[in-house]
Amino acid sequence: MSSTAIRPEFPPEGGAPAAPHKSRWRGLLLPLAFLLPAFFFLGIWVVYSTFATMWRSLFSDRGDRFVGLDNYERMFTDEAVQTAIRNNVLWVLIIPAGVTAVGLVFAVLIEKVRWSIAFKIAVFIPLAVSLFAVGVIWRIMYQEDPERGAVNAAIVGVQGIFGDTGVLSSARPSTEAITGTPQGGLTLQEAIEPGDVALLGLTAIRADELPEGAVDAVEPEPLQGGITGVVWRDFKPGGGTPGEVESGELGIAGVTVELREGESSSAVESTTTEEDGTFVFEEVESGTYRVAIGAQTFAEPFAGFSWLGPTLITPAIMIAYIWVSAGFAMVIIAAGLSAIPRDTLEAARTDGATEFQVFRRITVPLLAPVLTVVFVTQIIAVLKIFDLVLAIAPGSSRDDATLLAFEMWRRSFSGQNLYGLGSAIATFLLLLFIPFLIVNVRRFRTEAK
Amino acid sequence: MATTAVDQQPVVVEESVATKIGRFAGRAPVHLVLMLIALMWLIPTLGLFITSLLAPSDQAEGGWWNFLFQPSAWTLENYRDMFDNDSIVDALIITAQITLGATVLPILVASLAAYALAWIEFPGRDWVFLTVIALLLVPIQMALIPMFRIYNTFSLFDTIPGLILFHSAFALPFAIFLLRNFFAGIPRDLMEAARIDGASELRLFFKVVLPLGIPAIASLAIFQVLFVWNDLLIGLVMAQQNQPIAPELASQLRQFGSNLDVLAPAAFFSAVIPLTIFALFQRYFVQGLLAGSVK
Repeated sequence: MSSTAIRPEFPPEGGAPAAPHKSRWRGLLLPLAFLLPAFFFLGIWVVYSTFATMWRSLFSDRGDRFVGLDNYERMFTDEAVQTAIRNNVLWVLIIPAGVTAVGLVFAVLIEKVRWSIAFKIAVFIPLAVSLFAVGVIWRIMYQEDPERGAVNAAIVGVQGIFGDTGVLSSARPSTEAITGTPQGGLTLQEAIEPGDVALLGLTAIRADELPEGAVDAVEPEPLQGGITGVVWRDFKPGGGTPGEVESGELGIAGVTVELREGESSSAVESTTTEEDGTFVFEEVESGTYRVAIGAQTFAEPFAGFSWLGPTLITPAIMIAYIWVSAGFAMVIIAAGLSAIPRDTLEAARTDGATEFQVFRRITVPLLAPVLTVVFVTQIIAVLKIFDLVLAIAPGSSRDDATLLAFEMWRRSFSGQNLYGLGSAIATFLLLLFIPFLIVNVRRFRTEAK
Repeated sequence: MATTAVDQQPVVVEESVATKIGRFAGRAPVHLVLMLIALMWLIPTLGLFITSLLAPSDQAEGGWWNFLFQPSAWTLENYRDMFDNDSIVDALIITAQITLGATVLPILVASLAAYALAWIEFPGRDWVFLTVIALLLVPIQMALIPMFRIYNTFSLFDTIPGLILFHSAFALPFAIFLLRNFFAGIPRDLMEAARIDGASELRLFFKVVLPLGIPAIASLAIFQVLFVWNDLLIGLVMAQQNQPIAPELASQLRQFGSNLDVLAPAAFFSAVIPLTIFALFQRYFVQGLLAGSVK
């Protein structure tokens, strides 16, 4: 194992005075003296404890009984460990590729921007913050109530644009001619034929729900071969007659009105009301119909995803993880990018390649070694994730968020004291690192030669 | 090691004003997208910061963003309470002690070992280094159960030295790896000249190698400070009364929501120190990342 190529030759004879006893001292004792402190730490904390854990995994939880491979059998039949393994697989499949892709995009985008340092710092900050603080940060972000959690608030903002929320949250029919509930839709019982006018009066509407600038309702004229009607707030201060459109009663805009054939409950056609509450179905084939106010009119406003609940907890933690790690990937890839010869890129551009072609055909292949480093580093990091699960997942979601490194701690130390099982999980985790270990050692040996 | 990515400016090629304008207009979307991303990346931390400045009643009232442009609602009350809270102050002091010890000690131990591995010829040297590389990947989980027992036997459990030693041990493989590669890059002539002048190995180590190794040592120190300061796992398992700040606060996460006035300032404050160190020395941090993205 001599690797003289990159090692210094030692002083040749006649150079430094090298007495025989001194060279033996140099030969072994001197390096040992330099290495001893490191051997002490590595020997006890890392090497000894690794073997001790493997050995311990063959004994019962209390350590008083040899159980062979029972702990491993327990491990693979344990529901939480199975979830952890499944989650780990999911993480390894999604996150290293995702982080590398995000880092690559960021690195390419900032390449030609003057303020790239400011951008880098913004993306880098999470890397310096403790994962515990990251946990607090994201628990604030993920609060379920859209009034308090920024993530759900942002979703409400986007939803508002697409108008998925109903115009009303609750209402009651003003007369008995209309039946149903807001959740199932309100139906006018009287059959309607083309040429008729349907009057859909509602009450018990919260005043603040009527859109601003609502105008007085208008009873529409009948339409030959069509069905017209109005949806309005059948109420005015001082009373009024239920079922009649009177002045001072407001039309309700944006209500979904469905035309249903016969007794059927599915709509053949639907429309929304105008500002004055009126609606029109034109060119309706003759027959009998019913008119109903669709349930979506009363769609509850978005109540927020429960990011920290059992279903979404893993994606939620993944988002937080990408937020943390993007800076790492970006910096490594940006450094690789700056090492790519400009001439190659410029030549391709001169030859008429589009930016995307340059990226796809030249940048990415040249960056492949760097991308691999980021990718592999991320696999290793993902297998070691512990803090994020502890800090972000509330107790009730931990069973669903768990990962091997977390489960090992939970089984051994969070009051469960299952040291046999914990040792088995730790050993299994170490096993997952062996391929990377081999790759690392190989890489060094080829470098040394 | 020589590339300092953050400082590097793209090569500017001479071009006409018209091209410049054209290019700027063409890149407007890129600027916009980047600004949006930067904002997205800053918002979560900003949220923690603003939350930490709000009175409990305001925290309960609604999202922190409502108070973003309302500095009159901000108060340092939560921070004052935090510094009156003995358990948090103690935890911060313990964290500082552990961080200092667990940064200096492993760097010292690792640079000695790295020097031997780089500049002293001895049989089996490459095997030692290969072992170190292999140990790089051993997860901390591997040590918890046996060390927990040993710590109890030797009264190291729940002590500051116990935590320093644990952190030092797991810092060593990476530290030795990084420093050995850096030391090996020192010009051979320089070392030989010093040896011919009759300098002892120790003298060589302290007078030549350590000073030349400062950039690598600085990177390593920053990594280690961030790692130890931010550690949750080791502190959680190996300490109970004397827990560092992150594990100390982690137990409070259980009542999340009702105790944001305690959690938010403590989390932000505990993040300020590594952030400051990072901001001051980010050049070394980036260099370190580039030199050894293996850990």
